[in-house]
Amino acid sequence: MALAENEGGARNRASLPRWVTATLKTIGSIAVTMLGLVFITFIIGRVMPIDPVLAIVGERASQSTYDAVFLQLGLDKPVIVQFAYYVWDVLHGDFGMSLLNARPVSEDIARVFPATLELATLGVFFGIVLGVPLGVVAAVRKGSWIDQVARVVALVGYSMPIFWLGLMGLLIFYGMLGWVGGPGRVSIFYEDIVPSVTGMILVDSLLDRNWTVLKDAFSHIVLPASLLGYYSLAYISRMTRSFMLEQLSAEYITTARVKGMSEWDVVWKHAFRNIRVQLITVIALSYAGLLEGSVLTEIIFSWPGIGSYITTALLSADMNAVLGGTVVVGLVFILLNILSDLLYKVFDPRAK
Amino acid sequence: MDTLLDVQDLWVKFPSRQGVFDAVRGVSFTLGRERLGIVGESGSGKSMTGRAILRLIRPPGIVEAKQISLGGVDLMGKSEKEMRAVRGQRISMVMQDPKFSLNPVMTIGDQIIEAYRQHNRASKTQAYAKAVEMLEAVSIRDADRVMRAYPHEMSGGMGQRIMIAMMLIPNPEILIADEPTSALDVSVQRQVLDIMDKLVKDRGMGLIFISHDLNLVADFCDRVLIMYAGRIVEICQADKLSEAKHPYTRGLLNSLPRLDAPRDHLEVLKRDPAWAQAPSVSGRV
Repeated sequence: MALAENEGGARNRASLPRWVTATLKTIGSIAVTMLGLVFITFIIGRVMPIDPVLAIVGERASQSTYDAVFLQLGLDKPVIVQFAYYVWDVLHGDFGMSLLNARPVSEDIARVFPATLELATLGVFFGIVLGVPLGVVAAVRKGSWIDQVARVVALVGYSMPIFWLGLMGLLIFYGMLGWVGGPGRVSIFYEDIVPSVTGMILVDSLLDRNWTVLKDAFSHIVLPASLLGYYSLAYISRMTRSFMLEQLSAEYITTARVKGMSEWDVVWKHAFRNIRVQLITVIALSYAGLLEGSVLTEIIFSWPGIGSYITTALLSADMNAVLGGTVVVGLVFILLNILSDLLYKVFDPRAK
Repeated sequence: MDTLLDVQDLWVKFPSRQGVFDAVRGVSFTLGRERLGIVGESGSGKSMTGRAILRLIRPPGIVEAKQISLGGVDLMGKSEKEMRAVRGQRISMVMQDPKFSLNPVMTIGDQIIEAYRQHNRASKTQAYAKAVEMLEAVSIRDADRVMRAYPHEMSGGMGQRIMIAMMLIPNPEILIADEPTSALDVSVQRQVLDIMDKLVKDRGMGLIFISHDLNLVADFCDRVLIMYAGRIVEICQADKLSEAKHPYTRGLLNSLPRLDAPRDHLEVLKRDPAWAQAPSVSGRV
């Protein structure tokens, strides 16, 4: 019955196939959200008590120099016109010049964002691969020693300051044991060896088939990524546990047991299928959190990522860089949200 | 009458901080190729009895019994793995609300095929054909479409018929129906019951029909066990339920309104603490 209604509705609405209208809707919602985001960053740029002209020309510039730059920046025009210009520039990937190094902000971001992307992706990968099974086992064996261990692991993950764990990690695994590489993305003598295609050294060295660099880059990324992974593991495993507990007490689980299914099949084929949608939200959130750049981790491991880039820019009042970074981080959030919406539809028949 | 199931002195216990709570206390009965009704109010232990037979009481709950004998073999002595071969294939169960007892993210076809292939070596095509045949047996038209559909696209009555198809497809000897029509609209209750009755009769199965609805049970079953506080207080032939002697059964019957004999005043059941203490009546034949 429900099927028939949907088909009828689609026929009345438009002659376009359903996936076309769905795609157009998605693009429309991205555009509106992006415009809102750019508007907010624009307003932030205006209300900051920083004179953008002074920031460029310096305090000792003459009045004529000041006026020239004032006109050049278009600050004499009405605010709405300035906003239009700003949107136009952002659409062309132009976030203006960085005041610190006088290079286009877009170039800086193209350099720092892949570093964060690489670190966050590996981190969230560790978090999923370890956190999801840990949460499932903790739910299935609720109250057992595994559940207790998982609880403590997560609690430590929540409550330990990351800079302390990072420093301890460096001290033990790099300083004392020498198992991993130190701070930085690669050892200094491997820098700029592989051609930069994606900006992610792991991927670039793989494309270049340069196994030495790949190995070195991995030894550098593994510690900070594990650390970030540990934090997302703490979150992911706790959420997985509570989602699973909810499903395991559901009546369809009894049905599966009545059928004579093994506990493994009951857990993975039935209960786990039903938490995928909720898990996607949790994973997308923690991934987005990591993609914002984890400032402390990036600073401790001298990782030139977007977190430390935005922070440095903020501290030196480099507003173009801050706004550019904010737009990129916002875009990442929007894209991840859309991706998880799409996955909902794949995994939950009721969401169609 | 040949005995399919022989339950002797069944206890279901839940240890708690306040001591052990006994949900089922020493229940004994046999089941032949008949329709055995178990009636009682909420918390009387009727559902727990059904689940205990399948050994599906989850920890911390404990099942104890002198024996639960299925075709002469004691289920109490079976390992969890051996029990899995019993569940579905020899004893199956239909639960109250298809809205909750079907997996919401799997197609109906996948769920029925899974139930069949759990106990039968069959290719996907064979299993599919078998599932369609079974859906048609529970009067579902357009079975191919239903196979591809998800539970939320079904009405309650259809869902329960699907549930019956799914539980009967491995061809079990015994079906436990735990309040199978309580969540359904009155207008479709009868239809679902008739379908279930026909299938159970045609296959020569034993049916344990758990319900709180006295009239329904009297109408539908051959024999009725009346449970109170975890015990069987009375057993009678379903058609002689109106002649029941136990004060609890009498009280329940007297508190029911009747269309053919309207009364100004319905009696309120007065409970005697002695009922809960009295030993369980045996339902063994």
